Amino acid sequence: MTANFWLAPFVPALSAFVLFLFGGKLGRKWIALQACLAVLVAFLLSAAALPGLLESGPVSKELFPWISADSFSAVAGFLFDRLSAVMVLVVTGVGFLIHVFSVGYMGKDRSPARYFGLLNLFTAFMLILVLASDLVLMFVGWEGVGLCSYLLIGFWFERPAAAAAGKKAFLVNRIGDAAFLVGMLLILTTAGGSGFGVIHAAVARGAFSPAVATAAALLLFAGATGKSAQVPLYVWLPDAMEGPTPVSALIHAATMVTAGVYMVCRMSPLFAASATASAVVAATGAATALFAATMALAENDIKRVLAYSTVSQIGYMFIGCGVGAYAAGMFHLVTHAFFKSLLFLAAGSIIHSLSGVQDVRKMGGLRKHLPRTFPVFLIGAAALSGVPFLSGFFSKDAILSRAYAEGNLFVWAAGLATAVLTALYMFRVVILVFYGRERFPQDAKEHIHESPPIMTVPLQVLAFFAAFVGLLGLPAVFAEKANVFSRFLGPAFPHPAEQAMGVSTEWALLLLSTAAALAGIAGAYILYVRAPGVPAFMAGRFPRAIRALRRKYYVDEFYRAALITPIVRGSEVISRDFDLRVIDGAVNGSAAAVSTAGKWINVLQTGLIRDYALAFLLGAVVILAVLLM
Amino acid sequence: MIPASWFLILAAVLFALGLAAFFLKQDLISMVLSVEIMLNAANLAFLAFARSARTLDGQVVVLFIVTVAAAEAAAGAAIVILFFRTKKSVRRDAANIMKG
Repeated sequence: MTANFWLAPFVPALSAFVLFLFGGKLGRKWIALQACLAVLVAFLLSAAALPGLLESGPVSKELFPWISADSFSAVAGFLFDRLSAVMVLVVTGVGFLIHVFSVGYMGKDRSPARYFGLLNLFTAFMLILVLASDLVLMFVGWEGVGLCSYLLIGFWFERPAAAAAGKKAFLVNRIGDAAFLVGMLLILTTAGGSGFGVIHAAVARGAFSPAVATAAALLLFAGATGKSAQVPLYVWLPDAMEGPTPVSALIHAATMVTAGVYMVCRMSPLFAASATASAVVAATGAATALFAATMALAENDIKRVLAYSTVSQIGYMFIGCGVGAYAAGMFHLVTHAFFKSLLFLAAGSIIHSLSGVQDVRKMGGLRKHLPRTFPVFLIGAAALSGVPFLSGFFSKDAILSRAYAEGNLFVWAAGLATAVLTALYMFRVVILVFYGRERFPQDAKEHIHESPPIMTVPLQVLAFFAAFVGLLGLPAVFAEKANVFSRFLGPAFPHPAEQAMGVSTEWALLLLSTAAALAGIAGAYILYVRAPGVPAFMAGRFPRAIRALRRKYYVDEFYRAALITPIVRGSEVISRDFDLRVIDGAVNGSAAAVSTAGKWINVLQTGLIRDYALAFLLGAVVILAVLLM
Repeated sequence: MIPASWFLILAAVLFALGLAAFFLKQDLISMVLSVEIMLNAANLAFLAFARSARTLDGQVVVLFIVTVAAAEAAAGAAIVILFFRTKKSVRRDAANIMKG
């Protein structure tokens, strides 16, 4: 069955094709069924390939020779190794559950074929991205998911905010992708090929000088900061929440935004070859994790809190990659995919039941109204906060302990502080949404209802994984070889000498992580249950700080002032002075010159035959004179 | 034998007459006729050269010119008639709408 893995991207692609072409003629039920089945088939295809992978190692499939120009050639091919297997299973598995949830959530939307077609197309591109055996083909998937992200953020394009958010996501990603493209070209010229095998072999034999390796890795990472919403290009992700909630869960939490992490892992030999690049990756991840977590504290839109949380958690993954713990980074990617898509879908269920209310200040007391959503949201929040034995606890701890072991104490401290903040903002949301007084508007109150099973069952499945998937990555202190996940991924990554860590240190770090999570939860309890006056008091006392958090530290304003305004002004100057004067001047000037010359010559054009005849005669005389002389 | 120069002088006189008539006459019909006179002056010059050079080349050219002149006269007459229909006049200065 391993041989058929390469069909996985084509099934959702074909389904998307059918939905786009014939969607108008298909019934709502058929559309939903087809879209879900396509992703399920892709999941089954890749799951069926898994035993073969474990027995006989990675398989690759050459589709066709793609680019052939001079000495450069690229093959369109797929590679199913342990790293891509993890991603494919997450993309199709979580993707399938989100498709099913969408059937309920988008049940009344006007254009289901467009929605499910785009969702299928996204799945196809995401599978191309993760399965590609070649950097250039990966870039195709990379751009494809960006396109689908743009189209799905702006799915409700009649809302100006949604259209603007889609545009912003697309443009911000262009900046990163431009760097990615340059980095890719640098790698292609240095390695002499674009297949991952060729590139990794070139790195291994030292074809990349330290400077080139650093430059190439940093350029690729700049692309990742765009796609994965890291500092300084994270600004698009909060706005992307204008899209439908399942889209936020699939694209902007579980899969696409983690593509940057996957890319760094895929190119791990290159990153490992440059200590500078790795340090930048770790520092960027740490800074992002901390900043995004503080912004989540002051946000009132439930989806935006989750968006900042996603930015923050991807920061963790990059910390992992930066300190050489690629397997831990991937592990956090997987656990995050489960608990964050769970949280997004649960938030979708809450929003759905409240007829569109997203502001946590207008919720409260929903515990008894949403008996099935409440427990799964709680599990997701606890897993995200790193409550012991839930998935987020183990994955976060794996990253932080490695950062500590590598002696990167600044990064480790930032990660630990983020862990406290994560628990704090997450349980703030839990308390504001599910406990306390019912604050939702009257009309929402009348329609309040628990979501139908088609939405809650995927939630429960995700909750199961969010709770228990962490057991795949138990730290070594529990048992020798307990970390199934990291042993599974081990062959995929370079192995720098691991810093040996004492058992007591590891226990101490585990306890510290636990303490961080519990401190955050306790903080949320104190601030929002015991002494609810404190946040308001703080907001009154430090209005500037709170406003800075709400405005995302004025980064959008800074970009507007530092980049957008100068570009717009410059364009205005160019359009006014250069375009109007020079370009238009040249065009109009040549027309005016011809016209003026015409007016002068006009005088000769009397329209009288005798004048023409005279000119004719004179001309003949002149020619004759010339000939005779 | 009459020297070629006499023929050529006659041809030049005929040509000058045609040219003068072309510029001095006011009606288009006379202008077409004066063109015919100039053509025939050219014919005479060709024949004179052919005779003095004792070749047939000049006479062949004359045959061509006669044919072309017939066609030209037909076309010229047709143009004049059409011109008269639109302008109700054959005065050459009535043709002035091409003034720039």
